[in-house]
Amino acid sequence: MKNDVARDTRAAPTISMIGTRAMLFEAPGDFTMAHQRRIWALMDAAQARPDVCELIPGVTNLMLIFAAPPGSPQAVADWLRHAWDTLPERHIEGRLFEIGVRYGGELGNDLAAVAAHAGLPPEEVIAIHHGSEYTVCAIGSAPGFGYLHGLDPRIATPRKTVPSLNMLAGTVTIGGMQAGISALTGPNGWNSIGYTDINLFDPDRQPPALFAIGDRIRFYPESIAL
Amino acid sequence: MITILETSALNTVQDLGRPGYRNLGVGTSGVMDTLALRVGNILLGNPVDDACIELQTYPFVLRFDAPASLAVTGIDAAIEIDGRTMLPWMVETVSAGQVLRVGPPRSGARGYICIAGGIEVPVVLGSRSTQLRGGFGGLDGRPLEAGDTLKTTGATLDVSGYGALPPATVLDAVSREDDAKVISLRAMPATDYELFTPESRQRLWDTPWRITPQSNRVGYRLSGAPLELHHRVELRSYGVIAGIVQVPPAGEPIVQLADANTVGGYPRIATVIEADLWRLAQARIGTRIRFHECSFAEGVAAMRPVDAYLDDLRMMVARYRTSARCRAGIKSGDKA
Repeated sequence: MKNDVARDTRAAPTISMIGTRAMLFEAPGDFTMAHQRRIWALMDAAQARPDVCELIPGVTNLMLIFAAPPGSPQAVADWLRHAWDTLPERHIEGRLFEIGVRYGGELGNDLAAVAAHAGLPPEEVIAIHHGSEYTVCAIGSAPGFGYLHGLDPRIATPRKTVPSLNMLAGTVTIGGMQAGISALTGPNGWNSIGYTDINLFDPDRQPPALFAIGDRIRFYPESIAL
Repeated sequence: MITILETSALNTVQDLGRPGYRNLGVGTSGVMDTLALRVGNILLGNPVDDACIELQTYPFVLRFDAPASLAVTGIDAAIEIDGRTMLPWMVETVSAGQVLRVGPPRSGARGYICIAGGIEVPVVLGSRSTQLRGGFGGLDGRPLEAGDTLKTTGATLDVSGYGALPPATVLDAVSREDDAKVISLRAMPATDYELFTPESRQRLWDTPWRITPQSNRVGYRLSGAPLELHHRVELRSYGVIAGIVQVPPAGEPIVQLADANTVGGYPRIATVIEADLWRLAQARIGTRIRFHECSFAEGVAAMRPVDAYLDDLRMMVARYRTSARCRAGIKSGDKA
């Protein structure tokens, strides 16, 4: 097997080794919930493999970390491909979080830029943002940070070329087609449109992360400052 | 107990890391040079995952408030106990009140103060490692400061004065550079390798990349002629592990390391193999590294000498301690 196992056309997944103890499975096609649910199904199946010690679900992809380098990466890749082709979507009946947002103002100061990019007035951007229901696709990057699916494409906005240096934890953000709530205070390239007082991660809590994959999120405006 | 008398930025308590929580966004943390901590823990008869103090800035001075056996691994440096020279990679026993001073390294970058019985900080999510971004683990989730105290067992070994050959003298690098300051690292092409232009792929292997000052436990930013993709790509966020070499839009690679985010989005050109990560951990800012292309099979085989080195050390320590006890007439299990 080559390190780059399969970078094929549209329909085939891409499977590659990342060093000797990690393998990355990337689904073909778009960022849809149907694809993400198949990734969750794959994650469930891979969890049962005795050679897997850790799984990192990403956005329509899955990284497998092995306890030891696999004897035959090709065999694992074949197993993944077969599982991907045959497993049904895994539906997770997640909890529903209703989260109040203070839109705009100092803590959501990219609202104007998002509105300009969308060609819509800021009020409309806010209405569109809290008009959708979002699903937690994957948790990662920072402790407890959830990648949210469900952003209306009208307000999708590319990441900033110059990141904010000290964005507060709890900032409500848009990064390309992904939505989120920042989990840690620090540098951040996503666009801030508001703020919510929420603690996404506490190592002393069980489970430590507030969100789990499959959870649903609805935002509502607590206040709006334009 | 030990008391930190003098330290500067970014010295922390670390163990082998916190695997198992990446699916919650929690990176592994842990020592940058896992080999150096393994050696320290083997020398001291500690469990493999006992915690140590990882040094990145010097000088570092601490006082033992109780007797202790210790080893400083990872670097060669001027190390003193009450002004008397102590060799790195060697087990020493000190009494209460003695002061350890670790000066700037003559070689290597990260020093590890390992103590028999380990450093007792609370285990958070399965590890004692400091998670700096999350602000937990280690000592209150932060770097050490002068005046901090850390709990130790106070137990000492009945035999000391033995040590390990440093890995750099035992484990051969994949290639010897004419310029001894260039560090050779083996790397496997990764997912997006073919998305780079043929010239850029060649340049990845040919360039002596310089480690820039924007390098730390999160990752090393390298400087050299930029690498170019055939076309710009927008990747979806994917899992990141230590050793992965990403190429941000500006084209200069970043090697992700112990404190890396759990997921990332830049194109992945290669991955430094596990067997060579300790060399990177000990590479200083300003030095140059060269990547050598390696296959999966070569990457797996590269761990064999590392494992053999550790196995030999375990055996040597056990033999030495048994025979030293015999000579001294110490019954096994007695403490000095």
